[in-house]
Amino acid sequence: MSHRHSHRLSRLLNIGLPYFWLGLFFLLPFVMVLRISLAEPTLAQPPYTALWEWVEQGVLQIRLNLANFQLLREDDIYLAALLNSLWVALVGTVCCLLLGYPMAYAIATAPERRRILLLMLIILPFWTSFLIRVYAWIGLLNANGLLNTFLLWLGVIDEPLKILHTQMAVYIGVVYSYLPFMILPLYANLTRLDPTLLEAAADLGCRPFRAFLRVTLPLSMPGIVAGSMLVFIPVVGEFVIPDLLGSPGSLMIGKLMWTEFFANKDWPLASALAIVLLAVLVVPFVLMQRLQQDDEGTRT
Amino acid sequence: MKRRSWPLLSILVFGYAFLYVPILLLILYSFNESRLVTVWSGFSLKWYGELLHNRQLLDAAWLSVRIAALNASVAVVLGTLAANALVRHGRFRGRTGLELLLTAPLVMPDVIIGLSLLLLFVTLQQTVGWPDGRGFSTITIAHITFSLAYVAVVVRSRLARMDVSLEEAAMDLGARPLTVYLRITLPLIAPALLSGWLLAFTLSLDDLVIASFVSGPGATTLPMVIYSSVRMGVSPQINALATLVVALVAVAVVIAGLSMRRR
Repeated sequence: MSHRHSHRLSRLLNIGLPYFWLGLFFLLPFVMVLRISLAEPTLAQPPYTALWEWVEQGVLQIRLNLANFQLLREDDIYLAALLNSLWVALVGTVCCLLLGYPMAYAIATAPERRRILLLMLIILPFWTSFLIRVYAWIGLLNANGLLNTFLLWLGVIDEPLKILHTQMAVYIGVVYSYLPFMILPLYANLTRLDPTLLEAAADLGCRPFRAFLRVTLPLSMPGIVAGSMLVFIPVVGEFVIPDLLGSPGSLMIGKLMWTEFFANKDWPLASALAIVLLAVLVVPFVLMQRLQQDDEGTRT
Repeated sequence: MKRRSWPLLSILVFGYAFLYVPILLLILYSFNESRLVTVWSGFSLKWYGELLHNRQLLDAAWLSVRIAALNASVAVVLGTLAANALVRHGRFRGRTGLELLLTAPLVMPDVIIGLSLLLLFVTLQQTVGWPDGRGFSTITIAHITFSLAYVAVVVRSRLARMDVSLEEAAMDLGARPLTVYLRITLPLIAPALLSGWLLAFTLSLDDLVIASFVSGPGATTLPMVIYSSVRMGVSPQINALATLVVALVAVAVVIAGLSMRRR
């Protein structure tokens, strides 16, 4: 086998196989979602109508049903759910950033031999079950849960606070579950910063805090954006956290999709919701992708 | 070493407490005799005993482990191929497309991946007759699809930081590219392959939403059993299960840490 021949084979394997898999099982499914979102729900198996059928010899009938999207526009519940999802994701992301940035900074500036351990401790919870970690908060936030018992014992409150099944519990769950996704890119970014820049600022008489604001913070912007997107995008479509910790009436689009699909068996409406969610998430996703490519461009 | 400021240090302590206190309490209360979370009525292993006799849960766990292992093995191969493509093949046509396809699964909400794959499987079944029914195979395919993107991230960074002079030396000595890849490159990136495999394994073991969409009757994975019992309220059996998971992960991490130190 000649080298050129083996090079072509390796290209085919390395590029072709992942492309094939992701094209078939990641890209093509979105076409299916678009297709079903234009169908009508029926009582059949599968529960939607066909988009086209041969009526007679040579006549193809195509039926596109826009009623699902019309319903999404007319019924306020869906817009409210979308706005609430974006709001929860925004608050969650900001809280993750406020807690995660100082932590990432502290880890990045720790002595080198302690850094690995500190980083390990951030990643470790990520390896235990996400579902179980969310579940842990049910026992903590309950009316007769540990947090309330503790606060009552301290005498800070006279009667139990209602935290479980409120928006507050959803925020806590989001920050708890997604904090590592914020810290890791920030840490990677902060350790790559050139320390001589801070020394130069200090030599020129700049106070440490001011140097942080003028030098470190702007330079860590790519890490901030990357971490924020890694939290924001999945949280908009989050299901488990609002379902287990949020109030039954609270609306998030991921939970709504689940209900339309599993409880109401309305596959076309669930698909239409997925299309809306995808459309909303395209902008932050493109932002993240751009930034990543810029970052690679400057590194190589 | 500069003196550390106390506000920074207190945030760090608070952050770690926030991450670990819920897990530690979960573990503590798995040994509690009482069913209630707030009452400590004595040390007991009875929830572990019940766990070991919960047939439904054990079956689901075995199914999940099988899916996770197959998923991780396939995902490591595909993810490594994708990493090779991005690191070794320079600016090929469709590179941006591949990068996009490898980043999107990392952030795509689970409900979208789950629903879209189910619709694909249903359509394929209607048109080409495959897959015949949903369960083990469809869940595994769904998991591979997002796991391979995570593996690609891990292997890619390792490949990019690798010293290429060893490969060049082998090449100069007349070794064929495939031989070089198998004998030099793969052993060098082996730690990344291992952590990619473990990551894919845990991601699969953890997934509730996607599996719920693409599963069929009869195929119930561990997270589905946990979810339905958690919805009923706090259950000490789940605490016991969580403790076992944490213990398993801790052991795996310690072994991985020790083996890496030896290298």
